[in-house]
Amino acid sequence: MNNLLVMPIVIPFSAAVLGMMFNKYKMARRGISLAGSLALLVVSTLIMLTVQRQGIFALQMGLWKAPFGITFVADHLTAIMVMLTSIIGLIGVVYSFADIDEARESFGYYSLLQVLVGGVCGAFLAGDLFNLYVWFELILISSFSLLILGGEKAQIDGAIKYIAINLVATLMFLCGIVLLYGITGTLNMADLHLKVKDVANTGLLTGIGVLFIMAFGIKSAVFPLYFWLPASYHTPPVIVSAIFSGLLTKVGIYAFMRVFTLIFTQDVAYTHNMLLIIAGFTMVSGVLGAAAHNEIRKILLFHIISQIGYLLMGVALFSPLAMVGSVYFLGHIIIVKTNLLLIGGIIKRNAATLELKLVGGYYKSAPILAIMFFVSAFSLAGFPPLSGFWAKFVLIKSSLIQGSFGIAATALAVGLMTAYSMTKIWGEAFWKPNPQEDDCSKQALSNQERYLMYGPVIGLTIMTVVMGIWAQPFLEMSNYAAQELFNPANYVKAVLGVMP
Amino acid sequence: METVLAILCGILMAASVYLMLSRNLVKFLFGLMLNTSAANLLVFNSGGLTRGNPPFIAADGTPAYANMANSVPQALILTAIVISFALLACALVMAYRAYQDLGTVDTDCMRIAEPVAEHEGPPCRKGKVIA
Amino acid sequence: MNSLILRTATKILVSLMLLFSIFIMLRGHNEPGGGFVGGLIASTAFGLYAVAYGPQAVRNAIYFDPRKIAMFGLGLGILAGIIGILAKGVFLTGTWTHLGGIAIGTPVLFDLGVYFVVVGAVMTLILAMEEEE
Repeated sequence: MNNLLVMPIVIPFSAAVLGMMFNKYKMARRGISLAGSLALLVVSTLIMLTVQRQGIFALQMGLWKAPFGITFVADHLTAIMVMLTSIIGLIGVVYSFADIDEARESFGYYSLLQVLVGGVCGAFLAGDLFNLYVWFELILISSFSLLILGGEKAQIDGAIKYIAINLVATLMFLCGIVLLYGITGTLNMADLHLKVKDVANTGLLTGIGVLFIMAFGIKSAVFPLYFWLPASYHTPPVIVSAIFSGLLTKVGIYAFMRVFTLIFTQDVAYTHNMLLIIAGFTMVSGVLGAAAHNEIRKILLFHIISQIGYLLMGVALFSPLAMVGSVYFLGHIIIVKTNLLLIGGIIKRNAATLELKLVGGYYKSAPILAIMFFVSAFSLAGFPPLSGFWAKFVLIKSSLIQGSFGIAATALAVGLMTAYSMTKIWGEAFWKPNPQEDDCSKQALSNQERYLMYGPVIGLTIMTVVMGIWAQPFLEMSNYAAQELFNPANYVKAVLGVMP
Repeated sequence: METVLAILCGILMAASVYLMLSRNLVKFLFGLMLNTSAANLLVFNSGGLTRGNPPFIAADGTPAYANMANSVPQALILTAIVISFALLACALVMAYRAYQDLGTVDTDCMRIAEPVAEHEGPPCRKGKVIA
Repeated sequence: MNSLILRTATKILVSLMLLFSIFIMLRGHNEPGGGFVGGLIASTAFGLYAVAYGPQAVRNAIYFDPRKIAMFGLGLGILAGIIGILAKGVFLTGTWTHLGGIAIGTPVLFDLGVYFVVVGAVMTLILAMEEEE
């Protein structure tokens, strides 16, 4: 039964292997990738159901007992994240059918995508820190390959900045892990939770915690360390940017959530306050960057950074309610942000550019697209009754309860600025008459492409509406995840088999 | 002995950071290689150093040797070396590609993804900003 | 590179290195060695071949697309894990069988997978470099 937990890795990897073996045949590689994504969705649903029915469960690989072997654990947070990953993976594959050109495809695009999805799932399931490091590296190498696939000059330029800073991050992560091993003698996260309490020198632990903040901070693009993201994410095809924005930085946030509730809680006043300040600056600088740009994708990419600030805020406030907000926000942002980028992809496909100066008139020529954008953009800005409203509501409420008025004010102001940026895109791309009206280079989508591109967009828009109007079950699920994060006893018991 | 190795780690780290601060991509990669070596040495050091005793335990669970070697850091270091090998190989190939396609290894001059106006471009040692 | 000495020496060296790489891979089971080192030696051999005879000769020699070789290795690794599920009930559990007095098990399969992954990945990179010129 517990072997269910390796399936989110086995299925994408098998799909990658088979896809590469039958790479010659277009239908085969597409079909295999699609089948793999569907199977992953089924498996992630099963994991979710199992977690809801019987609580946290773990798999000890190769029958090695817990602190010694490789452990995979699924709690509510993991189940939610794997579920979201499988949704984004499926949508990415479908959208790619229309968006990825033949040259990239035949080089093995779908295999790389599946390896990326498998790596992300692995990071969410990993039960020990070194395993997490290995998955981080796998994600890095597969995302790097996706980023550079196609070999355009801008892509190479962006990829250099991407890999350079991210390699430094993984090395910092490695150093942090081994220092932690040096003082506790274990790498298993559940075991670490027990062992760090016995460490006399808490200053040393806090120092290692800061090393982790740096490493995860680079990975999740927080305030002073985010500059690699706007330098690289806008260079590959739009669908690749969308998948990256949905999955990659969120792995960093997941790692923050896990490590800063389970291990580094001995000096909350220092580490979590530091995170709170970082979160505030991340929000503000991201949204200001978005205001300064005039290209749809770049605006949206800067908004990734500002939303990372909200996610981090929930971690930094370090209360169950804030964590509920953060987990819910994670689901909301993965769906909405990916959706906005996919809409950008349709515009790019149609107008061959994303410069706001050069596009326009989509309210008239593509009303469905306009509605989808309208809904997603308002959700991102946090208007009720969409999912973004509840996410921000819970976060700001918890910050007010805890008396962190500064961050609450920042979050509200940044929400307003987000609305400004979204209005800018709306006014320029959708309402303004098309400046290239007589341009015959404008290409219409074929019917098949229209289904493949609109399908995912409509699906994701429905998800954000449902998450907003029918928020209760999703908030409850986030609540379970938060409760588990703040009462790690069950997590420890599931992994080690003993009550702490 | 651990202290000596720790100091060596520190020196290697410092040297690697110095190299990584260079805007020359090749120097940056050399810095990265040095940094991986330093990190690997840190892995090795964090497990404690012992001489010559293999990490075996007897069937009843007692250590076969007094002062037995710690096998976990050895496994970790092996994994870390393999991973850093793969990533560095990738990064080196990419640096080579970048040199061919962009015609420079000066990261300040790589402005294709983030273009700047001609007059406010950074000072480029090779003369002119690309693109 | 057009050097008679290199070309002649390469012919002997490549075959020796390939044989040695397989030896190292199998030796890795109980002694120092293993799939990673073996794979690196094999790809060094092919790299040498590429320097002496050009990348196209290597492509002909290895016949399969190196990316496919790497993915095949990954497939072997997954297979080793799945055999563990089928035989012992948990992923990646070592499972052994005796064929004519030699113990063969999933770790060997996994190591073989590592070997192919390393050969495939490194050859992809080497050929990408060689063919750029």
